[in-house]
Amino acid sequence: MARIDLDLAHSYLPDPQQDADYALLPLQMCFEDGGAYALLGPSGCGKTTMLNIMSGLLAPSRGSVKFDGEDVTQRSPQQRNIAQVFQFPVIYDTMTVADNLAFPLRNRKMPEAQIKKRVGEIAEMLELSGQLNRRAADLAADAKQKISLGRGLVRPDVSAVLFDEPLTVIDPHLKWQLRRKLKQIHHELKLTLIYVTHDQVEALTFADQVMVMTRGRAVQVGSADALFERPQHTFVGHFIGSPGMNFLPARAVGGTLEVAGRTLALPPNLALLGLPEGDLKLGIRPEYVALSAAGDPAALPVVVMQALDIGTHILLTGQSASSNLTIKARLSPELAAPQRGDTVWLRVLEAHTCFYKNEELIP
Amino acid sequence: MELTLQDISKKVGAQSWLYEMSLAPQRDAVTVLLGATQAGKTSLMRIMAGLDTPTKGFVRVDGKDVTGMPVRQRNVAMVYQQFINYPSLRVADNIASPLKLRGEKNVDQRVRALAAKLHIETLLDRYPAELSGGQQQRVALARALAKGAPLMLLDEPLVNLDYKLREELREELTQLFATSDSTVIYATTEPGEALLLGGYTAVMDAGELLQYGPTAEVFHAPQSLRVARAFSDPPMNLLGAAAVTLGVQLNSGPALSIPLPAETAKNLTASLTVGVRASALRLQARDGDVALPGVVELAEISGSDTFVHLTTAVGEVVAQLTGVHYFGLGAPLTLHLSPAQVYVFDAQGALLVAPQRPRGS
Amino acid sequence: MSAIKPINQKAWWLVLPVVICVAFSAVLPLMTVVNYSLQDIISPERRVFVGTEWFAAVMRDEDLHAALWRQLTFSLAVLTVEIPLGIMLALSMPARGWKASAVLVIVALSLLIPWNVVGTIWQIFGRTDIGLLGAMLEKMGFDYSYTGNATQAWLTVLTMDVWHWTPLVALLCYAGLRSIPDAYYQAARIDGASKFAVFRYIQLPKMRGVLMIAVLLRFMDSFMIYTEPFVLTGGGPGNATTFLSEFLTQKAVGQFDVGPAAAFSLIYFLIILLLCFILYNWMQRVGTADKEGAGHE
Repeated sequence: MARIDLDLAHSYLPDPQQDADYALLPLQMCFEDGGAYALLGPSGCGKTTMLNIMSGLLAPSRGSVKFDGEDVTQRSPQQRNIAQVFQFPVIYDTMTVADNLAFPLRNRKMPEAQIKKRVGEIAEMLELSGQLNRRAADLAADAKQKISLGRGLVRPDVSAVLFDEPLTVIDPHLKWQLRRKLKQIHHELKLTLIYVTHDQVEALTFADQVMVMTRGRAVQVGSADALFERPQHTFVGHFIGSPGMNFLPARAVGGTLEVAGRTLALPPNLALLGLPEGDLKLGIRPEYVALSAAGDPAALPVVVMQALDIGTHILLTGQSASSNLTIKARLSPELAAPQRGDTVWLRVLEAHTCFYKNEELIP
Repeated sequence: MELTLQDISKKVGAQSWLYEMSLAPQRDAVTVLLGATQAGKTSLMRIMAGLDTPTKGFVRVDGKDVTGMPVRQRNVAMVYQQFINYPSLRVADNIASPLKLRGEKNVDQRVRALAAKLHIETLLDRYPAELSGGQQQRVALARALAKGAPLMLLDEPLVNLDYKLREELREELTQLFATSDSTVIYATTEPGEALLLGGYTAVMDAGELLQYGPTAEVFHAPQSLRVARAFSDPPMNLLGAAAVTLGVQLNSGPALSIPLPAETAKNLTASLTVGVRASALRLQARDGDVALPGVVELAEISGSDTFVHLTTAVGEVVAQLTGVHYFGLGAPLTLHLSPAQVYVFDAQGALLVAPQRPRGS
Repeated sequence: MSAIKPINQKAWWLVLPVVICVAFSAVLPLMTVVNYSLQDIISPERRVFVGTEWFAAVMRDEDLHAALWRQLTFSLAVLTVEIPLGIMLALSMPARGWKASAVLVIVALSLLIPWNVVGTIWQIFGRTDIGLLGAMLEKMGFDYSYTGNATQAWLTVLTMDVWHWTPLVALLCYAGLRSIPDAYYQAARIDGASKFAVFRYIQLPKMRGVLMIAVLLRFMDSFMIYTEPFVLTGGGPGNATTFLSEFLTQKAVGQFDVGPAAAFSLIYFLIILLLCFILYNWMQRVGTADKEGAGHE
C-alpha cells in the first residue's frame, strides 16, 4: 500500500515545443494510499502511458514518480512492488491455478508453507478455491483475469494494483460480477487501486476519484458526483453520462438569455450572479431535462424526432423548432411517450444547468 | 429482401452449433441478434450470408431457395468487428471497390456522397492503416453501404471501439439504417445496444433461438427465464417463490398479490420464479408497494444512477436507483417494489405474468 | 429433400491437370516399384513372381539393420543438436528494426544453397591441404581425416547438417516468438521472474506449435538424407556414413538388385508414413488442447 505522487511530463520527441508534441502534458497528481482511482478517457488520451509510467514499464521524459515520498523514477516494476492486470488475461499456460498464484512468491523464495497459506487466502477471496488444481489454460476468460489479478494480490506488500482496461474481453453479465469483486477486494485489502478505462460506467462505479483525460491532459479530477453535476469542462460534460450533456449555444444579453433563437428569462439565482457577455454554451444533462408546459419561460419547444424505450427510461431526441439543435431528454418510463412529430416543451434552465465560456465552466 | 430461414440447424462433428430454428427477419428493418458470446450469432449470420451451409433446413430469399448458393452469387454486405478493409487501397478505392465490380458509372461522385454520410470525406486519400479504429470502421461501413445490398449483416461492429465512439456511431448507424431500404441484421452482446437500436430483436442462447419480436416487446414480455436473463442489464433479480391464493409468496419473504393464470393459481405447491428488474425497486414507497428490508452490500455510483447491492431475506438483489445516493456498507436499507411490476415464471421457466405497460411505445 | 448442393463442380476440372501430372510422375512409378518388389527379374525376358519373398529377405538382411540403426542414430543426433541450437539462435535474434531484417537474411543464407553444393563446400572445407577447417585442425594437432576416420566422418556429416538446417528451426522458432504479446513479458517482469523462468513458462510453451513443425520437418528430412553425405563422404569410410537412402541406392543401382531394393523402398516409404502419422496426430492433439484452453478470446 503506497501513496503515489506524480509530477511529470512525457514526450516521445527529444525536444517538445508545443502541446501536440507531448504524450502527457505536465501534470501533478497525488494518489492517496488505499484509494481507488480511475483514469478515464478516449483512446490516445495518454492514460495507458500514465499507467506504464507509474508501474515502471516506461520512464517519463521529465519529472518524477514518488512512492510514499521516495523517488522511484529509475526503479523497475519489480523494485516498485506493483501489480498490473492487462487487457487480456496473462497466465502461465503450463501451470495450474495454484502454481500461477504462487509464482511471484516462489520467485522471492518465500517458504512453501507460507506460500500455500497465502495462495489459499487469495483464492478464497477471488472464489477460485475449487479450481486450484486445474490447468489455468482450461478456464474461461473471466476466471483467467481473476488469476491475473490474484497474482498481483498474492504478494503481501504490494504497493499498488494497476488495471489496464481489464474487462475488455469479459461478457457484459460477467462484468457485473467482476466489478463487484474488485470493489469487495478494495474494501477488504485497502490497497491503492488505479484503473484505466474508456468505459465511464466502469470508471464511475469503481473509483472514489476519477481523472478525466483527453489528448495528454488531465481535464478534471473528482468524484462521480462532482463530475456528473458540475463538469468543469465541456469535454467532461460530453464524455460522462450516456448520452452526454446537451450543449446549446447561448448569449447573455442584459438580464435575459438567448438560446436557440428564443429569449429565456434567467432564474433569480443566475440573474444575481450575472453571466459574462458574449458567446456561451448552456449545458444540461438529459437526465435533468424535463417535460414542461407550453410557454414555460425556462423551456424550449422541440419537435420530437425519436422517443425510444430503453427499458429503464424513454430517450427523447428532439430538434429545436427555430434552429438545427438536437436536444436529448431522459423521461420516466411511466409517462406516456410522445410520438414522433409532436411538439413538446423541454425545460432547460434549472438548478443543474451549467454555463461554459471557452469550454470552461463559469462557477 | 425477404429472407426466410426454415428449420435450419448446424452441426459440426459431434457439436451442435445451432439447434433447429426458423427465423424470418422483418424485411427492410433492423433485426438485432442478441446473445452472449458463443450463443451462435456469428454462425447464424454466416448461414444468412451464404458463407456456411446449414446441416439441415432451407434458406430462402424472396421465395427462392438459395441454401446451397455460395455467397458470391448472393447479394450481401457484411461488416466485422475487426475493421476489415483492403490494406493496400486508399479509402476512396476501398469504398469504390463494390461499385467498380458492378461496373457502375459516376463512381467518384457516389464515393464522395457515401463518405460524407459517414463523415470521412476528408480521409479519402489515406490508407486504412493510418486511420483510427473508429475511422477504419466507418470506411468498412461505407463500403458495405456502397454495395447497396438488400441484406446487410453487422457482426458486433462497435465492440472494439471506445465507449463514447460507440455511442456516436450507434446513433449514426440508426439514422443510416432508417434511410436505407436494406434488411439489416446486427449482432451484439449488450442488451442496452439492442434497446437503443430499436427495430426487432432475436434473442439467442447456447445455439437456440429463444424469442423474436419487436425489441420493446421482447424486453417487456420475455417468454422465458432464459430470455429474461439474456435481455437485461443489470441482471434481473430472480427470486424463488410459491403460488398462494391471491398471488405469490416469496420464499422467506413477503407475499405479493398478483393475478395468476387459472391453472397455476390452482396448483398451490408449484414453485415459481419471480423476476424483478433492478429499476423496479424504489426507495420511496407508493400505494400497494411491498417492502424489502435488507443490508447494503455495495453501492456503485455511475453518475446518473446508483446501483445498490442489497442482501435481503429473499436473497441478494440489485437495484438501480435514479440519481446519486450514498450508502454506508452494512447500513440497513428498505426498498419497495410494486406487485404490478413483477414477472412470474413457472417451474419450467415459461412466462406466466408480465407487468402492464403504459399506453404507447 | 435437403437442398444442400455441392458448391462448385467446376473445381474438379481445374484439378485434373494436377492429377494427371501426379499420376504420371508419382503414382505410376510407384506401381512399377510395387511390381518389381513382387518379382524376381533374372533377365528382361524372364520374370518370376515371388510374392513376399523379397520382403522377407530384406527384413532379415543384416546390412539393412545396420543401415537402419545408423540412420536412426543420425536422425536423433540431428534433432538433439539442431532443435536447442535453433531455439537459442531464435532467442538471440533482434525483434524489430533494420537489424532484424539483416539478421534474418544472413541466417537464411545456408538454406538457399543447393544440397550437392553444400556437400561440395564441406568436402573442400574439410580437406587438410586446401580446406580452411582441415588445415586449422591439422595445425592444432588433430589428426583430421573425414575419409579415413569413421567417427570424424560422422561428426563432419553431422556438423554439415547442423550448419545447413539449423536456420530452418531458428526461423520457425523466431516466428513463434514474435507472436507472443508484450504483456506477457511485462507481467513476468512484474512477477519478478528470472530470464530462465520467462523462457520456461512463457516462451517455450508458446513456441510449442512451431517446435512440433520443426521436429517433424527435421526428422523426416534427416531420415531421407542422401545428397549431402553422398557428396561429402560417398558413404565411407567403409559404410560408416551409409545411411538408409544411400544404402537403398547402392542396392538398386549399384548392384542392380531391383527386387529387394524395390521391396525395401516400399518398407522405407511405409516407415516414414507411419512416423509422420504418429507425429502429426500428436501435434493435432496438442494443438486442439491449446485451442480449447485458449477459450473464447
